[in-house]
This record gives sequence, C-alpha cells and structure tokens, in this order.
Amino acid sequence: MMNKNIKKVLILGSGAIRIGQAGEFDYSGSQAIKALKEEGIKTILINPNIATIQTSDYLADEIYFIPIEPYFVEQVIQKEEPDGILLSFGGQTALNTGVALFESGVLDKYDVSVLGTPVEAILKTEDRALFAKEMREANLKIPESKAVNDVEEAVAIAEKLGYPVMLRIAYALGGLGSGVARSKDELVTLAEKAFSFADQILIEEYLEGWKELEYEVVRDRYDNCIVVCSMENVDPMGIHTGESIVVAPVQTLTASENFKLRSISIEAIRHLGIIGECNIQFGFDPFSEDYRIIEVNARLSRSSALASKATGYPLAFVASKLVLGYSLTELKNMVTEETSACFEPALDYIVLKFPRWDLQKFRNVRYNIGSEMKSVGEVMAIGRTFEEALQKAIRMLNVGADGLVGNDLEFKDIKKELSQPTDKRMFAIAEALLQDISIEEIHQLTKINLWFLYKIRNIVELSKTIKGKKLDAVSEFKLREAKQKGFSDKQIAHFTRTNELTVREKRIKLGIVPSVKQIDTLAAEYPAKTNYLYLTYNGNEDDVSFFYKNQVVVLGSGPYSIGSSVEFDWCCVNSILTLNNLNYDTIMINCNPETVSTDYDICNKLYFEELTFERVMDIYEKENPIGLIVSMGGQVPNSLAMPLTAANVPILGTHPNQIDMAENRHKFSNLLDEQNIDQPPWEELTSIPEAEKFADKVGYPVLIRPSYVLSGAAMSVALSKTELHDYLAKASDVSKDHPVVISKFVTGAKELDIDAVAVEGELFCYAISEHVENAGVHSGDATIVLPPQRTYLETMRRIKKIARKIAKSLKITGPFNIQFLAKDNDVMVIECNLRASRSFPFVSKVSKLNFIDRATKLIMGEELPIVESTSFDLDYVGVKAPQFSFTRLKGSDPVLGVEMVSTGEVACIGDDFNEAFLKSLLSVGFKMPEKNILLSTGPIENKADFIKSSKILADLGFKFYATKGTADFMKSHKVEAEVLYWPLENKEPNILTYLSEGKIDLVINIPKNIDKEELDNDYLIRRKAVDSDIPLITNLQLAKRFTEAVLRTPAGKLKTKRWSEYV
Amino acid sequence: MTLEKRKVKFILEDGSVFTGFSFGDEKQTTGEVVFNTGMVGYPETLTDPSYKGQILVFTYPLIGNYGVPGDEREDGFFKYFESEKIHVQGLIISDYSNEYSHWNAKRSLSSWLEENKIPGIYGIDTRKLTKILREQGTMLGQIVFGDAEPQPLIDPNASNLVKEVSIDQPVVYEKGLKRIALIDCGVKNNIIRAFLRRDITVLRFPWNYDFLNEKFDGILISNGPGDPKMCAETIENVKKAFTKNIPILGICLGSQILGLAAGADTYKLKYGHRSQNQPCMESGTKRCYITSQNHGYAIDGDSLPQDWREWFFNNNDDTNEGIIHISKPFFGAQFHPEASPGPDDTEFIFDMFLRAVE
Repeated sequence: MMNKNIKKVLILGSGAIRIGQAGEFDYSGSQAIKALKEEGIKTILINPNIATIQTSDYLADEIYFIPIEPYFVEQVIQKEEPDGILLSFGGQTALNTGVALFESGVLDKYDVSVLGTPVEAILKTEDRALFAKEMREANLKIPESKAVNDVEEAVAIAEKLGYPVMLRIAYALGGLGSGVARSKDELVTLAEKAFSFADQILIEEYLEGWKELEYEVVRDRYDNCIVVCSMENVDPMGIHTGESIVVAPVQTLTASENFKLRSISIEAIRHLGIIGECNIQFGFDPFSEDYRIIEVNARLSRSSALASKATGYPLAFVASKLVLGYSLTELKNMVTEETSACFEPALDYIVLKFPRWDLQKFRNVRYNIGSEMKSVGEVMAIGRTFEEALQKAIRMLNVGADGLVGNDLEFKDIKKELSQPTDKRMFAIAEALLQDISIEEIHQLTKINLWFLYKIRNIVELSKTIKGKKLDAVSEFKLREAKQKGFSDKQIAHFTRTNELTVREKRIKLGIVPSVKQIDTLAAEYPAKTNYLYLTYNGNEDDVSFFYKNQVVVLGSGPYSIGSSVEFDWCCVNSILTLNNLNYDTIMINCNPETVSTDYDICNKLYFEELTFERVMDIYEKENPIGLIVSMGGQVPNSLAMPLTAANVPILGTHPNQIDMAENRHKFSNLLDEQNIDQPPWEELTSIPEAEKFADKVGYPVLIRPSYVLSGAAMSVALSKTELHDYLAKASDVSKDHPVVISKFVTGAKELDIDAVAVEGELFCYAISEHVENAGVHSGDATIVLPPQRTYLETMRRIKKIARKIAKSLKITGPFNIQFLAKDNDVMVIECNLRASRSFPFVSKVSKLNFIDRATKLIMGEELPIVESTSFDLDYVGVKAPQFSFTRLKGSDPVLGVEMVSTGEVACIGDDFNEAFLKSLLSVGFKMPEKNILLSTGPIENKADFIKSSKILADLGFKFYATKGTADFMKSHKVEAEVLYWPLENKEPNILTYLSEGKIDLVINIPKNIDKEELDNDYLIRRKAVDSDIPLITNLQLAKRFTEAVLRTPAGKLKTKRWSEYV
Repeated sequence: MTLEKRKVKFILEDGSVFTGFSFGDEKQTTGEVVFNTGMVGYPETLTDPSYKGQILVFTYPLIGNYGVPGDEREDGFFKYFESEKIHVQGLIISDYSNEYSHWNAKRSLSSWLEENKIPGIYGIDTRKLTKILREQGTMLGQIVFGDAEPQPLIDPNASNLVKEVSIDQPVVYEKGLKRIALIDCGVKNNIIRAFLRRDITVLRFPWNYDFLNEKFDGILISNGPGDPKMCAETIENVKKAFTKNIPILGICLGSQILGLAAGADTYKLKYGHRSQNQPCMESGTKRCYITSQNHGYAIDGDSLPQDWREWFFNNNDDTNEGIIHISKPFFGAQFHPEASPGPDDTEFIFDMFLRAVE
C-alpha cells in the first residue's frame, strides 16, 4: 500500500535537451506527475525546460523555471517544505543534483526523504569502484577494470590488460569522455582529456565484437521483480547504445542465454536494492554464454522510454507508483485494464530504434560513431519483419532516404566505412552487399551479428530483382514481398522508374494494403482497451474498426534533431488536448519514442508510424477523419501539406496553397514586393559566375544556401569573392538541378520574431521577442527576450503591421511565425512559417496565454474574442537561452553562425532582464566566473565595442588574461591584462596550458570571421575551453549583456520564485 | 538465397482458411490449435511433450533466428532439448529466418522439422489467428498441401496422450543417496536435470507404473499433454501414495493429477496458458512470480477439499496456479518451475520440495 505520510513531493526535471539527455525525461517526468496527482499528492517541479509538457500548468501544482542546481533546489526545499523528492525521473541531471543535496546534508536538514531507490543504492551504481565491489560480492561478472588517478597509472594498467582498452569516467552522461585506445599514444591523449573533467578514470578490458544487450528491470519494495523488456544492439560493443541501432526483443539469443541474463539482471538489482525502474547493460560473448555487466542506471533512462514505447508498458508511471510504496501486484496493466501490471510483456512484433544524427551542421566534427554519443534524437519503427522495421525506421529519420536501398550514396572507401563506422553505416553495409563484398567479410569488418546482415541482404537482394524492371513487369507476388520487406512506394518507383502515385495505385488495385495492428503487451492473449497502433504488410486483418465520425489527425514532429525538438511535441500535445476538450476524437501520428505525444493516453488513437505521404495516406484512407492538422509538428508535417492536399486530403487551418506561398522563396518574395514589405535582396543562381556577379551587385557579406542533398552541405556566409568561390567550388554542386540561393547578409542588425495566431486572415494574438545576438546567429541559437527590452516602439509597431498584412494576404488561420531584421527603424522580413514555431511554448508560458490552444480552437472554427496587445504589459521578463552539446561532438567548432547548432533550450523568468538572463545561463550549465577571464575579442571594432564592458569587469575585481593584440588594445585604454601566447605559438605561458590547468574561469572569444572553417588559434582556444568544461562566450552582444547583468545582479540576488508568482 | 516457396493452407475447425508457405516437412496434419506467446525458445518449446497432438502457433513473428543446436547428450538425454523429439503436430509462424546465426547451432529450424517429419507454415497473420483462438477458444485445425482434400479432424484430447509420450520401461538416473520417484506423464528433461543438479537420484517410471513398492524419498508427478482425467491409473496411484505420507510434488498436468487424486475437479480453459510471462501470486503474500506455462486444463480452485489450499493463483485471470496440503508435504504447481524456456523465478519450488524430502 501507499505511504500515506507523503503529501507533497518535489520532482527534479532534466533541464535543456542535449546530446545524451533528450525528451525522454519529459515523458518520464510527466508520467510521474500524473501518477502522483492521482494519489492526491501535491507536486512541485523544478525544470527550466519551458518547452516540456511536464511544465504545463495543468500538470504539476507548482513549477519553477530555475536551474537544477543544489543552490536553487535548496531554496525551493526551504520554501515548499516537501515530504519527499523524486530523483530518478530527470535523467543524470536530477540524479547528480539529488546526490549532491544528499551528500551535503540538505535533504536531512529539511527532512526530505528520497522516494524509491535510496541514495546509497544510487551511489553504488554511479561510483565505478563501489559498483565493481557490489557486483563482485554478488558473484556477478563485470569487465576487468581498474580506477587510476593519473596518466602513468593508466598506461601501466593498460599494458597489463593488453590493448585495446576502454577508458571511462564515472558520473558521465552518454559516455562523455570515454573511448577506446588501441595504443599507448591513443590512451595518453584520451586520458589527458579525461583528467580535465575528472579526478579518476577507469581503464577496462575492451570487449570487442561482443553483443551488447539491455534489460529493463522493475522492482517493488516487496521484492517482486520483473524484466519488462530485453533489447539487443545491432551494433556490437564499442558503439555507445545511444549511437546503436537497437531492436526489441532480443533476436539472436537462445532461451537459455536470454533467461540467464534475465536472472542475472534480477540478482544484480536485488543486490543493489533498487526500487522502481532501472536499466542494466550487458556485454555478451558471441561464442559462448560468457557475459559482463557493463552498467546499471538506477533511474528512468533513454532506454526505459524506448522500452516503454516498445512494449506498451508504462514504465515511468508504474515506477512512480512503486516509489510511493505500492506493490506491482496492486497495479493494473493499463493497456488491457483487466490483467496485472506484475508481468513481462510479450511482443508480437519487432521494434527497431535508429539514432538520428545531425553532424553535418557542425564544423570540423568527426563523423565516426563510437563510444561517445553524438546522435541528437531517435526514431522507433514497429514491424513484423526485421526488414520492414529497418526500412520504416530509415524513412522516419527524415534525412531524405526512402529506405535502406535506392539512395545512391557514394562511399570513397567502402571497407573503411565498414570498419570505422560513421552515421551512414547502414547505407554502407547495403552498398557493400551491392558491390558483392561477402557477408563474412562485412561481418569481420563491422562485427555485426550475421543474422542482422542476412536480413539486410534480403532487402538488397529484393531490390536487385526489381531494379530496372518496368512496374508492370513486377509480379503481384514480388510487389507484396517488397512491401512486406518494408519497401516504400517511392522506393519501388525509384527502382522501376515510375512515380510514387503510380505504384500506390497499382498496389491498391491488387489489394496490397497494410493492416493496422495493436500493441497490447500480451501478444493478443487478452483484448486491449487502448488504441496504440502500427501498420504492417505482414498481416491481413485490422485490429480496430473505423466507424468514428468526428476524428481529427494531428501530425507529430518526428525525431528530435537540431531545430526540431521538444517544442513541437509540446505544440502537438496541446493541440490534441484542446481537440479532446472540444470533443473530437483525436488521432496522433508520430514516430519518436522520446515524446509525450506518443503516450497512448494522450489521444484516442496513436499511430506509431512514419510521417511520410504514403503512410499518412494509408491511415487517412482507413480512418476517414474530418481533416489533418499539419501546423503543430514543425517542418516535417508542414512539408506534407502540399502532397496531401493534392491527394484531396482535407488540411485544417491555413490552406496548403498559402503554406506553399510562404515556403516557396519566389512566390513569397513576390508577395512581399506586392505588399511593399522589405526583404534582404536575394537570387537563385545556377552557376558560379552568376553567383559572383550577384554578390558583387549587392555587396559582401552574402549568405549562401546550397540546395538540400542527403549528404548535406551547410549554409555559410562569405565575406569576399574568394570565400564565395572557395565555398561554391568545394561544398556544393551548383547546376540547374542544384541551384544555390544567395542573399545579402545584413550586418549589425537586430533580429526579432513574432509568434502569432490568426483567423481567416485576421491577427488574433501575437508576441514579439527580441534576440540578444545580432542577426547572423541562427534564431535557434539566439538568446531570446520576451517582452523586448531594447527595441523601439516604432519597430514593434511596424512588425505588428507587417504581420497583419501577411496574415491577411496569406489568409492565415492558425499559428505562424515571422522573423525580422531591424536596423534603426527599418524592418525587413527574412522568413515566414505558417505553422507553430520553436518559440510557441516559450511565448505561451511567459505570457500565460496558450497560443496553441487558441490556434487549435480557431482552426476548428470556434469563435473566440480577439486578444489585445499581448506582449507589452508583462511585469516580468522571460529569457530563453540555447543549450549546446559541443562537449560531446569531438572536434566541432563551438561557435555560432547561420546554421543552428544548439540541441535544446531553457527559459527562465525574472523580475528584470538581468535576473532572467543569468538564471537561464546558469540553467544551461554556465558557471559564474570567480576570478580569471580570458579575452580575445577579434577585430578592432569588436575590441573597441567591448572595452567599456572590460572596465566594468575589472572594477568588479576580475583579472584578465588576453592575447597580445587584445591586451595591447586594452592597455591603451587603461585596462590591465596579462598576455598569454596563442596556442600555435607553442610558447609559455600559453593559453592552452592555462585552460587545461583550470586557471581560467571564463573565455570570451569573439571570432574574427564568423564563418571560416579553419583549425586556427581561435578554434583551438574555443575547443579547449569546451573540452575543459570552461564557460565560453563567442558573441559580442552576449558578452556585453552578460557584463551588465553581472554588474547589476550579483549571484546571490537571483530569486527562486514559482511560475505562479509572476503571472 | 531464395527458397522455392510452396504454398500451403491452414484450415481451422470454424472454416477460416489461412494461406502461407511451407517449411520443414511437407506433410498433411491435423491437431488441436494452440498459441504460445513466448518470444524465445523454440527448440525447447517444440520438444515439450505437453504439446503432443497440438498444432502450435507462435505469436512472436520472427522464428528460426538462431537455428537449432545439435543432438549432444548429457546424462543420457539431449542436452539442448526437452525430450527425444519434436512433439507438436505442426508449427505456424509469421516470418521464418532462412538463415540463422549462433555459435551453438548445427542446423536450421526447417531442416530440424524435416528430420522430425513435422510440417511448418510461415507467412501467416498469426495475430489474426491468435485472436480467433482467444475469442472462440481452442479449436481443431489442419495443414493442407496443394489441392489435397482436407482430412476429418480428430480431437487429440479424446485419446490418452500421456500414454503416447511416457516411457515404456522404468529408467534410473543415478546420483546421490536421496531418490525421487518420477511419474513420467511426458516429462520435460529440465525437470530431471533440476534433480540431478541437486545430486538426487531419479527413478523414472511410466505414467501407469505401479511404483509404490520401490524405494524412494519423494514423488514427482510430471507435466504432460491433454486432459488429466485421462490418467485414471496415475490418479489411483497418487491416491495410494497419499497414505505413505512422503513428499509429493506435481508440476503442470502433475498438479492437476494431484488435485484430482485429492478430490478436486479440473476443467478445460477457453484457450489455455502458453507463455513465459504468467504472473502467479503466492496466496496470502504480496509475492508474485513470473512463470513459464503450457496447459489447457486447470484445477477448479473452489472444488478443493478442506485439507487443501490454493497455493498460487494467476494474477491476470485468477485461475488456480498451485495447491498445497495444509499439513502434509504435498504440493502442486500449475506452472513450470524448471522453466526452459522461461524465467526461473520459481526454481525454489524444487528446493522446497527437497527440504521436505530431507
């Protein structure tokens, strides 16, 4: 039974989304809050990630948008006096903060009990040495490993174990800082870097080619223990599980092996004393039943979110009930509503998780995948053959591939691609098979289990039998087989040189249509009450009937990637909730296991499916809804608007022709001209000379946008003709088929955003936000302020007027966003999206007006009174700050530019800008400098611009180190700075030495050229700062505002206030 | 590799027809159609004698992935199987893996089925088939090749299946001094292994053997196929054994026989329990065990005589999962503590039984 003494509980969230810690914790935290509320427990949530569902006003009773840091959490504890605290629902961030509070005695002091797994048990899983001791006590095997305190010791141990060895750091999310060393040199490099983060590292035996498996274990306080899901990594040991393709359930293990690992999991978890949910990872010898336990995560994790979605078993919800004291046997299976929650799900399908990378957005990054996580999101595909699941997953990634084969990717050195995998590994395997490299050799090079390779070969072989044939010559049998192996219509069309619709028409005529199947946790043994659905061609009966009349479909956002993150999931979920309230039957289509939108209790029917034209049509034709909403899930559903409307699918809200008007550069530009709205000059060009001519005409700098290809070339800024020429010659193939868009790059301009909702062309409500950084920093990487603090009223008025004009001329009904450049009072439009934007949750929560709720109601034809001047009369300020994951992306240049590189964001509210700004910086991991600041402020105008700020900092007692040029300039303005040598000067005192020795607290490095790809001195400084975990500012406006904020708001003055205290 | 695909039909008693492709042996067959929701362990499952007379549907769609091990023997029986041969009449799955990969595999599932003269079908919507069985209950069915005429359906439960799977002559597995009398109603090898591992000598007797005059310290009534009421002779022997007051453990069919001998009744479940994930509550506690099961009949818990108690019950559907005598060392478990394939949560039952034997 439940512990009745717990009346108020504090929940720690996970903060901004970053590599290794993504939206899965919105899912787990939201479930926890629901589970607690159901028991009448008051919930207090700390999470500065404003775009999450868990920070919605209808979930937790009180919400704090503040840093998840011991200092702030203690303040909340003091203020709220909770009875208990949940540490296992907010990823590593929550766990680390909780452990710190426990160790400093704060939890004891305020009498707050840790619910669920005791901290002592958490420590046993987090501290490698303690963990090893515990496992040895339980007679369980772990990799041979030794903790070392310096590089010499590391080398000694490695020589004893024999190379290759694995290097790991305790307390690291996503395997940060770990790696494989095959030689002494490699080990020394890795170890030196690791010691800049940690005092202690581990040198371990490296289990090359071993299988990697994960089991999700649940245990209650009565010692009932179940293993909810088994998962097998397609990629062997050595590739981080977050970088691996993962299938559930295990595929290549015998019963004896599988149940052996199950028993060991239970033994380990019982021995550690975990209560709630945890994850255990194994290495498993492919030639015997030998195993090693790699690690235990005593908390909800990315894998547990995946396991939850893969099985239909609500792990986070159940775990929350268990930590309150319930026994597993007292809980019901929420899917069947009649059987027990104390069981192990049986799947009658295969689930495949595929990571989503976005490496091409980063400069200088290595594309190889390995023991560190680099992926920014993932998709989950469900099928009844491996081939079907794999090809579905590849399409879900939304990287331009229509399946495993037919993408015409070229590999320079295919064998190297196989032995040193990159994000393109799967495509490389398919290509290798096409090149007749033997499956045994591929196995040798990749260490991927032969069974998976056989299945991949099935796809390749099938593609060969249809390639080059006319569609008419492909038999019905073959066509069906292709669909059963996951081929899309588009893929078949590619091989038979026809188009997608022709293939679709033919197969429908032949009765080749997918079946809708239910995920029911018990493989059809009991009827399911929930509509958690997927489509497969390996079946011939639909599990559900389609007689509903009042249905609306909301298309989800697909995988998290740079630029498309939890914000869009927030929009989708809010839209669904409003539709539910309006008494529509709601259907959600999405394929991202890290989301709340894919919880089956959010909508009436959840299709865990591809967001492709083909699949949406399949669902549409079965369900016959009133219409589809495509404006909530970001760009993925937005791009489906045109093809769907062409197929006569009703799109709700703004008409797709108008969406096209805004999306099509030429049409939109004409529209702006007609309306007398300014825009930066641009042209679409098909040759290099044309491009140069245009750039000469408008003047440098110019912004270059290559046309999109799967291999992906980034946008860039060229300062001169040489740069333009070099870029075009190198990065893109400029031709009639691949035109390049060049536009004037306006310097020194402010950037502003309007997020708004309109109905039938009338502006309904809006919020204008200003960027701290000048134009040139991607809006996704900018620090955004609401309401604007430094924008002329006249500019605001002009923005509003332009928004009205655009809303009218595009007859907008629903959400939209326009981005503006403002210089003096001249306002230019740079972009317009007729859909919800990344900042909708931010403006909705700061203004306490749910834009998505309003937009959805208006889309559905509800009448609402117009909201007046929403963004002007707030008594407080909201600041949204980007979260970067440069630390994880080895070698990447941590600098801001025209391509977005942040992986997430936070937003904090303060009484004024400075307070909100500092809190938001702290929330993304920024540490306030104590003493020493390194300055290198770039070109002379920047140096001059920053001199006032440096005086302020000097007055505040900071000591400066600077590069020669900057120091000389400062000296001439009477600011002292100690000179350090540039990295490449190889002389001491060198900047790099000071950075690695921890003598610098903050690096302000303003690049000379914001877009030059060079391994130069500046790059080395920035990279070293990031690798040494030293705060880094690379933008001049940001550096200046930071200085002001520090001056006006000393750290101790940052307030810990509830959201509800502001609005 | 493209196998030549031969179309084959599967026809249910209610007239539903499924079309798939043949693997394994090409032999027409009939049987009682049942489904198993286990996701792993086809070599163990197919050799479980309790499936005698049944056509088995695997709800997990991908089968054959890790091939089939060889015929190595240990203590006289197959090391990797649960009996001497495949006992199902036929196998129905969704997706067959033509290629397999495992260090311990010696052959494909298809060729093993062929060796055992057992037909298999793949390419079936096994979820649709399972839902029919769940909704309408277990029924008969047959596998038909080409244009062959359907055969008359024979209900295997009408015959004594136990007789077909039990041994003819007693066998002794010598280990330690303690001796267990094992009544073989279709025993799974792993039950025998469970005792041999604990250094117990096992005297294995045919299902109807009058074993009571032999020397032993405990009695184990094994699992087996079909309706427990067909085992009238075994029930009589167990009744006599009660008077000797030595420990008795019944497993699966053995538990039902124990119940019948005690005076309780058994009945046929609508579609049985065949899976590796059945939650069993220990009566009067908060402990629940995940168990491996394969049975179509069950003890009616309400019919237990007054000296007997329900030991376990199913946390999903409340059916009886075990019985225990209030004062004497007589226990019955409806599930399989020997697992194989399945979770070993209830392995402790063997230790408990052996403590009673001590």
